[in-house]
Amino acid sequence: MNFKYLTNGLVKENPTFRLLLGMCPTMAVTTAALNGVGMGLSTTFVLIGSNVAISALRKVIPDSIRIPAFIVIIASFVTIVGMVLEAYLPSLYATLGIYILLIVVNCIILGRAEAFAFDHTVSESLMDGIGMGLGFTMSLTVLGSVREIFGAGSLFGFSLFGPNFEPVTLMILPPGGFIVLGLGIGLINWITIKAEKRKEAKAEETSTSQEVKA
Amino acid sequence: MTNVLLILVSGIFVQNFIFSRFLGICPFLGVSKSIPTAVGMGVAVTFVMAMASAITYVVQYAILTPLHLEYLQTIAFILVIATLVQLVEMIIKKVSPTLYNALGVYLPLITTNCAVLGAALLNIQNGYNFIESVAFGVAGALGFTLAIILFAGVRDKLRISAIPEAMQGFPIALVTAGLMSIAFLGFSGMLNV
Repeated sequence: MNFKYLTNGLVKENPTFRLLLGMCPTMAVTTAALNGVGMGLSTTFVLIGSNVAISALRKVIPDSIRIPAFIVIIASFVTIVGMVLEAYLPSLYATLGIYILLIVVNCIILGRAEAFAFDHTVSESLMDGIGMGLGFTMSLTVLGSVREIFGAGSLFGFSLFGPNFEPVTLMILPPGGFIVLGLGIGLINWITIKAEKRKEAKAEETSTSQEVKA
Repeated sequence: MTNVLLILVSGIFVQNFIFSRFLGICPFLGVSKSIPTAVGMGVAVTFVMAMASAITYVVQYAILTPLHLEYLQTIAFILVIATLVQLVEMIIKKVSPTLYNALGVYLPLITTNCAVLGAALLNIQNGYNFIESVAFGVAGALGFTLAIILFAGVRDKLRISAIPEAMQGFPIALVTAGLMSIAFLGFSGMLNV
C-alpha cells in the first residue's frame, strides 16, 4: 500500500497548520476538545468518501464540469453524515450546528479532490483521504484542548485544576479561536525555521571539515 | 419592520459573520491585502448573498418542502449558489476587467465561501420569512464587507512593521483578527435576537 500518502497529511502537509485550509470550522467549533474530535472525524469521513468516489469516477467526469460534479458528490456525503449524526448523536449535532452542513464548502475537501483525487488511483486517494482527515482531526483536537484547558479549566469535560481555577473565558469566545490558531501557526513556523537553520549549519560544518581533510 | 431593522443591526455588528460566527474566513484572510480589492470582494459577496438568500428561500418553500425533499437541501442550495457565482463572474469580467484580475481565484471561490451557504441555511433554521431572509443575507454580507475593509486597512500598516520571522504573514494576521474580534465583542449584549 501507499503509506507515504498516509503520513503526508499528518505532518508535512497538515491541512490546518501547513496548507491553511478549512479555517472556518477550525476556529468555530474548537471551543472544547470533544467538539474538535467530532468535527474532525465527520470531515474525515466526508474526505475519504469523496476522495474515493471522485478518483473512481475520474475517467467518467468530463474535465469542463468537474467542479460542479465534485460539489454534488461532496454534498451527498455531507448529507449522509448530517443524517447519521442527527439520528445517533443528537447532542453533538446540536453543538456543531450548521458547521456540519458547511463541511460541503470546506476548502480541504474540494482542494484534495482537485489537487489529488482527480489524477490518482482509488487506493492512493483512500490513503490521502485518511491521512488528511486524521491530520485535520489532530489539529482540531489540539486547538480544542488548548482552548478548553485555558477557557474552562477542563479537558474532554474532566475538570483539571479544581474549583479555585479562574477560567480565561476569552479563550472559548470567538477571539480565542483567532489568537490560539495564529500563535499555533507561529510556533510551528518557529520550529521549522530553527530546524532548517540547524540543518544548514550542519551542512556547512561537514563541508568545511571535508575541506580541512583535503 | 422593526424585526428587519433588528436583523440588519444584529447581522452587521452583534453577530458579525467574520468575528463572531467564523463564516467566510478564507476570503477574509486571502483578499484583504489592499483596501480597493477588499471593497470589490465585499460588493461581489453582498450581491451573491442577497440573491442567494432570496433564491434559496424560494427553492426551499416552493420546491423542497411541498415535495418532501428536505434532505436535498444542502445539494440544492450549493448548486444555486454555484450558478449565481458564475453569473457574477461573467458580469464583473465584462464590467471591470481590473477588478476581475485583482479578485483572481477568489472570485469563483465565493461558491465555497461558507458565509453564503451559511446564511442560506441559517435563514431556514431560524424560520425567517422572505423579507427577513433577504435582510439577513444583506446584513451578513455588509458585516463581512465591513470586517474585510477594516482588516485590509490594518494589514496595510502591518506590512511596514517589524515582525518576528515566524509570525509573518498568516500568524500575525490571525492574532490581529483576534484583537479586532475582541472589539466586536463589545457589541454583544446590545441586542438580543
